[in-house]
Amino acid sequence: MADQIKLTIWRYNPDNGPDNRPDKGDEYRPQTFTIPYQKDWSILDALNHIKAEVDGSLSYRWSCRMAICGSCGMMVNGTPRLTCSTYLNEFHPNEITLEPLANFPIIKDLVVDLTDFMDKLRSVKPWIIRENKKDDEDTSSEYLQTPAQMESYYQQSLCINCTLCYAACPAYGLHSDFLGPAAIALTYRYNNDSRDQGREDRRKVVAAENGVWKCPVVGDCTEVCPKHVDPSAAIQRTKVNSAVSWFFSFLKGGKGE
Amino acid sequence: MGLIKFIKSLEPLWWSLFGLGGAIAAFLFPAHILIQGVLIPAGILPKDMLQYENFAGLLSSPIVRIYFLALIVFPLYHAAHRIRMTLEDLRIGWLNAILPLLCYGGATAISISAVVVILRLP
Repeated sequence: MADQIKLTIWRYNPDNGPDNRPDKGDEYRPQTFTIPYQKDWSILDALNHIKAEVDGSLSYRWSCRMAICGSCGMMVNGTPRLTCSTYLNEFHPNEITLEPLANFPIIKDLVVDLTDFMDKLRSVKPWIIRENKKDDEDTSSEYLQTPAQMESYYQQSLCINCTLCYAACPAYGLHSDFLGPAAIALTYRYNNDSRDQGREDRRKVVAAENGVWKCPVVGDCTEVCPKHVDPSAAIQRTKVNSAVSWFFSFLKGGKGE
Repeated sequence: MGLIKFIKSLEPLWWSLFGLGGAIAAFLFPAHILIQGVLIPAGILPKDMLQYENFAGLLSSPIVRIYFLALIVFPLYHAAHRIRMTLEDLRIGWLNAILPLLCYGGATAISISAVVVILRLP
């Protein structure tokens, strides 16, 4: 008899209840699958096996299988992980418990509703903004950067929007108005790009009560980030920048925004 | 609730005081604990350094007074901010509504009394 591994998956069916994160009632229930253990399988491989061979009604998101699309994040034994790069051999012979990402409403089984995150991401304008285009600016060529200029935002540019940081963030769990780690890390990425001129555009959203100031520096976002973006450091540096520009706007006679 | 709203709008100020107070507490408190709490009582430094006359003489210098004021005031705001952030997460509605006033107001009140005490030193 081949080696086996147990996966407990929390299931949720919207047909049986309201479209929100339910209390652990009948609609939200665990189901245990015992499948053959393959030491080179990722958890995503195991889910694909279950979907194909055991229970076709299981729902989950995935795409690239190589930790770049950011679709397959789930709570693996209580920690947000990308299941494509988390392997069964890390847990075998113990069992694995899979839950949908924490802090988000569930759509079905392991699929969560990311509307709130997408709205927040859009609100920080995560793209390069050029506002004061000079008349003689040559737009036909590239905007060159020195290696040092690129280095200043490269780490934050690696974000894949997998939202593991939102699932890990206790501040987001308590205050859903909080802009959150990834959105602020991406603000930092564009603000620090030498080609960008949109810092002022983003400040109203980021340097606000529900922006950087809601972060209590727990640091779990940095711990779980599969791309080592270090959102926590980006948030703290943004706090310093926001405080400095706040004091300057006071000195200039403004209201201090 | 206009006052609370105003206090909340000063968030960058509170956070800066929090950071400054944290740095002072982290770097200077251990030195004071070491000198006043360990080295002098243990007799490694002369015991009469802590005698009232000597200490009062030290405090006659305005620079030392400003130093002690900074040592008291900034960590007060550090504590106020930390207490506010911790209690806010308990989500007690009526408490959260007055928490900024309570914490920063308290720190300001103690700071003012510290200023008064230090100004009234001989």
